[in-house]
Amino acid sequence: MATVTPQKITIEPVTRIEGHAKITIRLNEAGKVERAYLHINEFRGFEKFCEGRMAFEMPVITPRICGICPVSHHLAAAKACDDLYGCPPPRPAQLLRELMHMGQVIQSHGMHFFELAGPDLLLGFDADPATRNVVGLIQANPNLALRAVRLRKFGQEIIHILGGRRVHPVFAVPGGVNKALTRSERDQILAGLDDAIETIQLGLKIFKDWAEANQEDINRFAVFSTGYFGMVKPGNTLELYDGQLRLIDANGQELEYFDGRDYLNYIAEHVEPWSYLKFPYYKKMGWPAGVYRVGPLGRLNVADRIATPLADAALKEFKALNNGKPVEQTLYYHYARLIEALYAAENVRALLDDPDILSTDILNTRQEIRGEGVGVIEAPRGTLFHHYWAKPNGQLERVNLIVATGHNNWAMSEAVDSVAKTYITGPEIREGLLNRVEAAVRAYDPCLSCSTHAVGQMPMVIEILDAQGQVQQTLTRLHE
Amino acid sequence: MSKPKVATDWLAGCAGCHMSFLDIDERIVNLIELVDLRSSPITDLKEPDPSGVDVGILEGGINNTANEEVAHKMRKRCKILVALGDCAVFGGVPAMRNFFKIEDALRRAYVETESTDAEGKIPNDPELAKPTRVRAVSEVVKVDVFVPGCPPSADIIYYVLSELAQGRIPVLKDERLQWH
Repeated sequence: MATVTPQKITIEPVTRIEGHAKITIRLNEAGKVERAYLHINEFRGFEKFCEGRMAFEMPVITPRICGICPVSHHLAAAKACDDLYGCPPPRPAQLLRELMHMGQVIQSHGMHFFELAGPDLLLGFDADPATRNVVGLIQANPNLALRAVRLRKFGQEIIHILGGRRVHPVFAVPGGVNKALTRSERDQILAGLDDAIETIQLGLKIFKDWAEANQEDINRFAVFSTGYFGMVKPGNTLELYDGQLRLIDANGQELEYFDGRDYLNYIAEHVEPWSYLKFPYYKKMGWPAGVYRVGPLGRLNVADRIATPLADAALKEFKALNNGKPVEQTLYYHYARLIEALYAAENVRALLDDPDILSTDILNTRQEIRGEGVGVIEAPRGTLFHHYWAKPNGQLERVNLIVATGHNNWAMSEAVDSVAKTYITGPEIREGLLNRVEAAVRAYDPCLSCSTHAVGQMPMVIEILDAQGQVQQTLTRLHE
Repeated sequence: MSKPKVATDWLAGCAGCHMSFLDIDERIVNLIELVDLRSSPITDLKEPDPSGVDVGILEGGINNTANEEVAHKMRKRCKILVALGDCAVFGGVPAMRNFFKIEDALRRAYVETESTDAEGKIPNDPELAKPTRVRAVSEVVKVDVFVPGCPPSADIIYYVLSELAQGRIPVLKDERLQWH
């Protein structure tokens, strides 16, 4: 519900995002927006309660940080274990892990575009909140909604085929994976691929049409400059599973290019008293000058090319939006997300065509324990770090996690503040305006469960407080 | 007869049970013929209808004061309350925190972690919920239907919802009672 007073608007819970959040909008004496805050309202404590567990358990424990992108934690944990136990996986195992990851990127990005953010774009920011959701979408456009369901299913089935289940699969282990891919399983995945690519291309067309009709909104909706951060392969090629990390400034100049194992030299986290989600920043520039954005927009801004043809062509069009400079508009996250989904789907074919994909050489059992390990992966929402320290027997002594959505915490807070100031200008506050404030968060597709591994959920309330901090009005998303 | 109203919410969990719900895939079309989906993290209604809903579903355990409020409100406004998934039924993985002091867990996360800068401090704004011991939903409010699993499979969730939609209390036993 949203609570509105002369001084503060509270939106709680923020919906159609993953996890728990609320937004408070503080008003000044004149009734104008003074500052809007995004509060991430849950703390779980994985970094503490994993102490004492065996490192090899982490690929099973840490997916419970997030049920939307469990594969990211599953694989980041396995990669940290490869490093900690000193057992690099054989190539076929790397390919199979990457294949599972592509399944996740397709399902997560697809679900976000069609099922979570889609209702805003397809039904409208001002549509009736009672039907502005996936059910409303099914009723308004059943064919499109069913395509979206099939796309998500396609990605989830890749995860299921490899890991035995769709949510919280059991597949990657230190040194490799526990199951090879059979020929019939490969063919089963291939059978759904063309349909998936068609749906993603349809999504791209829908977004581009929407963007053309809503150019004015796009250009005044949370547009600001930051650095950008993400993983690349040589030649600054977009990479989601394993590569080097690249940080660029707001003009596109490279600031850093480094191995994920050295992240502590480059990234630090700031704490604000009003959120359980920390604020990572570029250490050398300090807080808050060193803020940057990750996820689809961040990755496409740091990449110069994509290895697959359709996505690479789409990237060229994307780059043209700002003449090759980084794209700054928050709403273009949706565009970037679809281009990445297209890459993931094309990459599924490349992986399945690889002669090593059916190999049974999937596990390196020779271990040389190092006692410390870092695993880095591009989760759908951005760069994910798992860092473990263990005793010689593999029992964990310390755990540090920096989760994808965390990197965007400053940007989401800035977006909320910016959109509140742009759209909430008069005494009358419509629900649709508040929905735009939520949409500013939604564009980042935050995974607040992840971010609050540390955290856990993300609903939203709007309260309006006056200059004295008294609640003036509460807005609810109820039908009344 | 109007369709039964269903409201859902997530507490201290991972959203995986709601994802498993979406894993019913195309059957969602059948389901929305049977039920009226009201407040939920995937819709824009923010809380269960004040006039009440027929079925309330909670994913996740209860690990802070905000979760307590949500659970009480859901209980008050629904006729049948379902605890969905291991966290709601038992506390689940997040309940591993109960082996530690809450202050130690907060200190690790916001002060001691290697990447946290020198100004790290435990967040304490009054807008934030206060962490508590992690509990199963039934330790806080009465639960009518327990659906374990991490997450429960899409088939089980579909069975539970379609039984409830037709006015029956689902019985989970034999192959329908899953513990993984």
